[in-house]
Amino acid sequence: MTTPFRPATNTTTPSRRTRSLRLAAVPVVLVAGLGLIGCGNDDTSTASTTTAASKGSESAKAGLTMSDAWVKTTTEAKSAAFGVLHNGGTTDLVVTGATTPLTSKVELHETVASADGSMKMQPKEGGFTVPAGGDLTLQPGGDHIMLMDLTAPITAGEDVSLTLQLKDGSTVKVKATAKDFTGANEKYEEGTGGEKNSGGMKNGETTTTVKMG
Amino acid sequence: MSECPVAGHGGRSPHLGGQSGAISRRALFGAGAAAGVGAAAAIGTDLALGGQGGDDATLTAAGTELNGTRTIAFHGEHQAGIEMVPQAFENLVALSLFQGTTKDQLQRLLRILSDDAARMTQGRYALADSEPEFAATPARLTITFGFGPDLVAIARGPEGVPSWLAPLPAFSIDRLEPRWNGGDLLLQVASDDPTTVAHVTRMLLKDTRSFAGVNWFQHGFRSAHGSQPEGTTARNLLGQVDGTVNPVPGSADFDRVVWRDDTTGPADEDWLVGGTTMVVRRIEMLLDKWDRLDRTGREETVGRRLDDGAPLTGTNEHDDPDFDATTPVGFPVIAEFSHIRRARGDAKGDSKLQMFRRGYNYELGPTDIAVSDAGHIFTAFQADLMTQFVPMQQRLADLDLLNEWTSPIGSAVFAIPPGAPEGGFVGQTLFD
Repeated sequence: MTTPFRPATNTTTPSRRTRSLRLAAVPVVLVAGLGLIGCGNDDTSTASTTTAASKGSESAKAGLTMSDAWVKTTTEAKSAAFGVLHNGGTTDLVVTGATTPLTSKVELHETVASADGSMKMQPKEGGFTVPAGGDLTLQPGGDHIMLMDLTAPITAGEDVSLTLQLKDGSTVKVKATAKDFTGANEKYEEGTGGEKNSGGMKNGETTTTVKMG
Repeated sequence: MSECPVAGHGGRSPHLGGQSGAISRRALFGAGAAAGVGAAAAIGTDLALGGQGGDDATLTAAGTELNGTRTIAFHGEHQAGIEMVPQAFENLVALSLFQGTTKDQLQRLLRILSDDAARMTQGRYALADSEPEFAATPARLTITFGFGPDLVAIARGPEGVPSWLAPLPAFSIDRLEPRWNGGDLLLQVASDDPTTVAHVTRMLLKDTRSFAGVNWFQHGFRSAHGSQPEGTTARNLLGQVDGTVNPVPGSADFDRVVWRDDTTGPADEDWLVGGTTMVVRRIEMLLDKWDRLDRTGREETVGRRLDDGAPLTGTNEHDDPDFDATTPVGFPVIAEFSHIRRARGDAKGDSKLQMFRRGYNYELGPTDIAVSDAGHIFTAFQADLMTQFVPMQQRLADLDLLNEWTSPIGSAVFAIPPGAPEGGFVGQTLFD
């Protein structure tokens, strides 16, 4: 039963890393700012970039992809989606909204420090800008896609369909895996000391405080 | 999800498969993990420090390659974690699926776990991992899944459960404690880095919480990576060189003994082609009692020398034992009651009684009445449980002097499904 798989399976292969890969360890936000994150800087990645452009979540015009997409499971009316947006093109791209079959109320949120030092979540003015050749990370405690007014639980392992809407009119379809996650609790308060609103954000509410930790 | 087949992260990560093994911290920490910002900041610091050093961050000061970044391919015909030199540390976790688990729920669970394993074994964090930094040191991490009868029944109905996928026949030597028995879903998490084992086990269990509870948990260890030449036969806590006759990973022998093909079982077990069967027996070792036995007695018990593991009739570990050799007064040099004579089978080289052992030691510390509560997590893989393992265990139960110092206190049997192809999940053949 020797098969072609055999050499690839269970074969221990020492890793190699080059200086350019170490460069790649610079934090994404920072790298994006410095303009160092272009695919060409990462000499082992060229082939997979092409793959992503053709097989990843497609934006007809733009080459925007989303990887590592996941949604927090919930039994309540709200949840959030996270992942990595990548712009493989040469001009900045802006995600202005998202849709999902699960609800008609989806917002792009950011988490910002307020004057009193607490972290507040609020709709991101102008949407998410993904720099040319760069990434934007959506993560708990940071930018994220907020799903509200959910009418059914999201259960672990479920695939959640998202469609990102771009400013240029194109869309990107994404399949996000639902995962149990006890962080990102999003216990909203109407300002500090307010009563928790465990039912999620009210329509029209624009600024809320997230309790950290 | 619509991610690049090579790696998440916009598909721009370097190749992380078992062949190249290269791991980029960019792939690890670029984003997407639950703690991305903090991780990025931490790595930024690390980079600054590392930048003062040599050209290759994976090299140690001595210029040797770090073991922590070595990877074992996850996808393939067979599951990883079996045909290989065992890692230094291992957790075995047996889960009980919640009552009423549906076929759909089971499939979702297996998909999540396979995705976690495909990522973490290749040095990438699992989705929603709150501690993505641990992904940087897979250290030959493998994650292997085994199925108990109730899990198989959910997917294939009660009539679809192989008859051998059941508790082993009772043996006279058994002192089984229910807390170490059975299980619906086995997770075997192994790595040369115990920190990795701990984190990965935790990550997997966080992802099983909605589906299953923990039935039992066993942590095992072998000699540390690098303390002996790779492939050295392990020594158990009795001090014996243990596992000399194991088939060698990568050999035709191993293939024949361990992996199932379409002739191994009946046609309705074809979902296991490319898989195998697994026995986990927790063997308590009475080390305090063993202390009272002198070296000659210890060597006669097993039939091998303690220092190098050579049979009492030979000079090297891998010499074939001469079971016909007698002492000047006419007794067999390798006693009738010795472990290797009993384990070797009647006919020398009887392939039907072979298995691949992947054992680990365990130690729980002193008790009120003993210096050590320790033993061996006996783990054996064989294509056919009933013709390979069971007759062997029966022979050893009937007579094996080693039974004086060892007792099976836990026992479980699992079907090990084949490996998953790229984009697939372990266990998908159950649903065919």
